[in-house]
Amino acid sequence: VCIHRVRSCSGIHFIKSKYVCVFDKSALKFSHQQRLFRTSAVSCGQIVQFKLSDIGEGITEVTVKEWYIKEGDSVSQFDSICEVQSDKASVTITSRYDGVIRKLHYNLDEIAYVGKPLVDIEIDASKGVASEEDVVETPPMSHEEHTHQEIKGHKTLATPAVRRLAMENNIKLSEVVGTGKDNRILKEDILNYLAKQTGAILPPSPKAEIIPPLPKSETVPAAPKDKARKIPVPVSRPIVFSGKDKTEPVTGFHKAMVKTMSAALKIPHFGYCDEIDLTQLVQLREELKPVAQTRGVKLSFMPFFIKAASLGLLQYPILNASLDESCQNVTYKASHNIGVAMDTEQGLIVPNVKNVQVCSVFEIASELNRLQSLGSAGQLGTNDLTGGTFTLSNIGTIGGTYAKPVILPPEVAIGALGKIQVLPRFNGKGEVFKAQIMNVSWSADHRIIDGATMARFSNLWKSYLENPASMLLDLK
Amino acid sequence: MVLQSSLKNCLQLSCILKTPKAGFRSTTSGGLIIQSISNDVYQNLAVEDWIHDHMNLENRQVLFLWRNSPAVVIGRHQNPWQECNLRLLRQKNIKLARRRSGGGTVYHDLGNINLTFFTTKKKYERMENLKLVVKALKALRPQLDVHVTDRYDILLDRHYKISGTAAKLGRTTAYHHCTLLCNADKFVLSSVLKSPYKGLKSNATPSVPASVKNLFEEDPSLTCEMLLDAIAEEYATQHQIGHHITLINPADETVLPGIKNKTKELQTWEWVYGKTPKFSVSTCLNMVYKDSVLDVKVDMDVKHGRIEVCKIDLPEQWLPPALCCELVKSLTGSKFCPNETTTLAATLLRVCPQDDELQSRWNLLCENMTMLM
Repeated sequence: VCIHRVRSCSGIHFIKSKYVCVFDKSALKFSHQQRLFRTSAVSCGQIVQFKLSDIGEGITEVTVKEWYIKEGDSVSQFDSICEVQSDKASVTITSRYDGVIRKLHYNLDEIAYVGKPLVDIEIDASKGVASEEDVVETPPMSHEEHTHQEIKGHKTLATPAVRRLAMENNIKLSEVVGTGKDNRILKEDILNYLAKQTGAILPPSPKAEIIPPLPKSETVPAAPKDKARKIPVPVSRPIVFSGKDKTEPVTGFHKAMVKTMSAALKIPHFGYCDEIDLTQLVQLREELKPVAQTRGVKLSFMPFFIKAASLGLLQYPILNASLDESCQNVTYKASHNIGVAMDTEQGLIVPNVKNVQVCSVFEIASELNRLQSLGSAGQLGTNDLTGGTFTLSNIGTIGGTYAKPVILPPEVAIGALGKIQVLPRFNGKGEVFKAQIMNVSWSADHRIIDGATMARFSNLWKSYLENPASMLLDLK
Repeated sequence: MVLQSSLKNCLQLSCILKTPKAGFRSTTSGGLIIQSISNDVYQNLAVEDWIHDHMNLENRQVLFLWRNSPAVVIGRHQNPWQECNLRLLRQKNIKLARRRSGGGTVYHDLGNINLTFFTTKKKYERMENLKLVVKALKALRPQLDVHVTDRYDILLDRHYKISGTAAKLGRTTAYHHCTLLCNADKFVLSSVLKSPYKGLKSNATPSVPASVKNLFEEDPSLTCEMLLDAIAEEYATQHQIGHHITLINPADETVLPGIKNKTKELQTWEWVYGKTPKFSVSTCLNMVYKDSVLDVKVDMDVKHGRIEVCKIDLPEQWLPPALCCELVKSLTGSKFCPNETTTLAATLLRVCPQDDELQSRWNLLCENMTMLM
């Protein structure tokens, strides 16, 4: 209602205050004394000194703790400018104007005074006087709260730029759901509203959509009806995409990955994949799970994979070796410190179980539990993360079948385990049966490992897992 | 039963929260008392944010009652390394939260109650709120010697602090919240609020340590529920509203749209640690290696929780200089966090000559470095 009125008066630059009252009678009850329009007296690029307003409780000075903007930044009305602190109270100072910050009067940790200039803002007058008319504003020096249009008993907050956008697109602000602070209507909200009307595809709004303020039972039947009535009309409006590229430095976990992978690049990888029938192992684990539980340990498949790998490494120790920088010497590591790739919130980490060659399956399970809980809490120590000689990556817990894992230097081999799938297979009698199949993808350093060695190791590992009883013969 | 009533109340609450003119029979336009059903510090802090950002407090003030499972809460502009024992927190699984109000660091557990008084900025008045609390306590137990100091603390027996205060002021609304010790674990409180980190220099707001006491120690018949009830009663009387507490579920997105995002933001590393004002660490690691003690001087500048500048002074040739250089380079720009440091150190070791002596020295250095974080 208000917008239409203004449009019809767009030729007039000064609107007398009495027209304001006509818009909505109930506005009178909530109106404040002073109500002026910013007139065309505001010329282009006028610098206004925004003073620190009264904070209450008779406080006269505060400490500036954080600046949210810097000189040269554009601000909109109600954007946060800085955070000041006084005697256990933290105060967010917001801008009263749209414009560009030209000067900050204080540095961090300096004392700022109430009533004295905080920042200088160059008022954005380039948008033209017309947009100013949409806003009912109190004069800059007033301490009164800004008044806003009252439509249907709700106060709608929106900056002049947003109001103009709504006006240009024939949108009633009362119909738009505001997602900004104090339910303020932002540009994104107008765009989202537009998208719904026209069926145009816009990128998802960065802020969560707010559900209309009525109990669910009332809105649900109403919504589908409305949707049915509205026929999306394709409009050749330019689609405004407000997303921006974001560049940030590579640090922390990602930096670690970059270093590891750059070193891994120097290793000539070859791959070898196979399929393992885990039907018997699945059954065995089911039987042993409760036993481990009584001892306080969660038993997954990994302890079996790890122990079987160690047994295999006893026969093919070159897979547990390390090649020196100059590729002159190969060191056969005595300990089987088998690393287990873990996905944590921060990223990929690879702690290892030490000396698997002398550990029982239960001990491995117990150690894995410890590493997993420390890993998810981000509390793994250097000892747990260093000294690995061979790695297994159980990517199958997330998904996938075959992979091409990257060797983690100074190791020479790595295995990636896909997910366990139930697939039909033929048994010895030529009958089809339900098999629990998992795929393994090995990668090895081709400078010292050849395909035959990898294949034989894989076959041995596979035989242990397909027939767990055979592990018993070779367990140390 | 609780769930039923909370659902009913939440629906009515959503009416109250969104349409300022809509009335709720027993709460007239004077005030509203709400209590959180959650003990998660992040969820509860998010409720405060939500009310501060979305509620119209023109004609209605709000009292929010909440309790948290063990957590340390630091003020907006504080340095967690300076204020508490982060290692102990991680070990004991005690949460660390940074609130948006100013003030010092407090320890919360279920034996502590939190009260938040929401008003418009104009009606912001901390002394009045604290006097209300004291009045409520005296009405409950007239023999209690409790009074408000001019630092906005509440003291028991003129000496022991039982309540600390902090406040947040925004564009139109403000809130003042305070703690109240009923039956908190004083032993854990004193051990977590003691920082072991040496050599820290910062402009962050420091906490003022005080002797504390639980009200329970003064009168064993007191419980948190009784205190909450007494305060709600006094608030209801003073605001001329019915003594009715509306339960609120901080995980309910329909009543509090956008609350999940607010909760998530409070848990991010960038908020909890990253908002620490710039500080420096200047200390000497005394590393015990074999039969000798090595003095290693470490200097670091930390901004936004990340290491801006890093200097490690090792005895010559104790570790390959190129490796040390790599460590310093890697740490620069990384979070001042033991987990990241450990991961980076472990990664760097991969591209070194494989030498047990080197490995043990490296691990020793890294363990000592992470002790600073």
